[in-house]
Amino acid sequence: MKHLLSDSFVITKRQILQLARIPELLIFSTIQPVMFVLLFRFVFGGSISTGQPGGYVQLLMPGIFVQTVAFTLAATASGLAEDMKKGLIDRFRSLPISRGALVIGRTFGDALLNILVLVVMAIAGVAVGWRPTSGFMRISLGFLFLFAFGYALSWIGIYVGLLVQDARVVQNVGFLVTFPMTFLSNAFAPTTGMPKALQYVAEWNPVSSMVAACRQLFGLKNEFGATATSWPSQHPLETSLLYMIVLMAIFIPLSIRKYANTSI
Amino acid sequence: MKSIIAEHLIKTYDKGAVTALDDLSLDVAEGTVLSVLGPNGAGKTTTVRILATLLKPDSGNAQVAGIDVIKHPDKVRELIGLSGQYAAVDETLTGWDNLVMFGRLYHLGKQQSINRANELLERFSLTESSRRPIKTYSGGMRRRLDLAASLIVSPKVLFLDEPTAGLDPRGRMEMWGVIEELVKGGVTILLTTQYLEEADQLADEIAVIDRGMVIARGTSDLLKRQVGGERLEITVENSDVAQVQEILARISAGATHVDSRTVSAPVSTGSTALIEALRALDELGIHPLDIGLKRPSLDDVFLSLTGHVAEESVAAPLKKKKGERK
Repeated sequence: MKHLLSDSFVITKRQILQLARIPELLIFSTIQPVMFVLLFRFVFGGSISTGQPGGYVQLLMPGIFVQTVAFTLAATASGLAEDMKKGLIDRFRSLPISRGALVIGRTFGDALLNILVLVVMAIAGVAVGWRPTSGFMRISLGFLFLFAFGYALSWIGIYVGLLVQDARVVQNVGFLVTFPMTFLSNAFAPTTGMPKALQYVAEWNPVSSMVAACRQLFGLKNEFGATATSWPSQHPLETSLLYMIVLMAIFIPLSIRKYANTSI
Repeated sequence: MKSIIAEHLIKTYDKGAVTALDDLSLDVAEGTVLSVLGPNGAGKTTTVRILATLLKPDSGNAQVAGIDVIKHPDKVRELIGLSGQYAAVDETLTGWDNLVMFGRLYHLGKQQSINRANELLERFSLTESSRRPIKTYSGGMRRRLDLAASLIVSPKVLFLDEPTAGLDPRGRMEMWGVIEELVKGGVTILLTTQYLEEADQLADEIAVIDRGMVIARGTSDLLKRQVGGERLEITVENSDVAQVQEILARISAGATHVDSRTVSAPVSTGSTALIEALRALDELGIHPLDIGLKRPSLDDVFLSLTGHVAEESVAAPLKKKKGERK
């Protein structure tokens, strides 16, 4: 236990070094979200009318932020699975390092990468007309929410990675989960256009709560259809926080136990 | 004093469907090299993984450097080095990055980690390529770096799981040289291999395992003696095989063995038998493609012990546990 944090940091540093040694990794992990910003802004931006000042891009940015951090799940899972495939995990396990340091270190690394990605996306957003209006404190809080959401999902990623153990399968599973989750939500279009049943699914989707919370924190009004009066629609901040706390409370101990149990 | 003791290890996979270890026991005296020799799927990797604290046996006991592997894996980890079949290093990082990282994970200080990394790179002739990502390394260099990573804290006991698998002959020779150096340094080594020649070259003692059990144990000489003396081996065109078999049956006291165009049989009279065979061939006008006296190899040992040649015996389920083969 004595070395838990310092061991974790060594693992985190390894991830940073990887990015330094293969700058392409860094470029591609930031290019994709920027591409999404541009595509949605210019492809859909013209045809989706919003009642909000500033146009679609104001609604879009929180959606894309959440979608991007949601992909942390797949990134963490496939990174871990990749290490297992190469036998690197065996090496780490044969070292006298603290149990858990390896997975904790990886979640730190992916969290750091998320900070960078969010900064790049925010710059891209501002470049295409995103203008949050709520003031520095609330905007910062919005980014803190995004960061924390990514971190919580990272822990699900650890569990999935340990469970599936194959990087390619993990990638596919990640997409299969993340795409419906981000699209069955209010992230890119208002849920009012969905069939009623789906509106209820979207209502309880953590992605929707997160997007609604960010919109609120960035100074926008949320629009809901059939679910406008429900608790999650009324309290997106609280709902998001609750989701994050529950996810971490479940998956941090579960993942660390799973990691420890696969060895002695 | 025994540095490694394994007693009655049993390990099954897939809820008992596949038996990897079936009451396996072995021990290694301090400062010696034991080679665990066996085909794929015989249980070599499972044995190493249990002794190196990566896997729990279903039953049985194991001690490494006097410490119970199952009860105190953490203490064992401080004393062992493990170098696996697959070079377990971070391929995107440089050799130097890797060694410094492992040093830090062994809780050496920053400067100490750096010094140790430089030392090991020098010792394994990797200094020149130390700043290149490992994925640019040759197979042999990769293995050397992997071995270096397992030596960061001068382990008392070293596990080498098929250290030369997949290496070209030159890489293998280099690796052997490195391992021989280590042996001189007094470390206890358990080395698994499928290469009978490798066990012969490096080990003080050999444990032959097949289907999760040790089926023979002893020095290379002792094992060879079990098979008997020299064999006379003649390779001819296919059409002549039957005649050569007759000739050998006449000269030899034991059974002849045919392997495609090569006929062999044990002989006790050495060069006299060779001359006799050549005369007989000459009389029949048969020109051998190859002829010679062969001292028994460990291949022969394996064949005579198991009744089959050293090749894959059990099967795939083990591979799943070991990860994908490159």
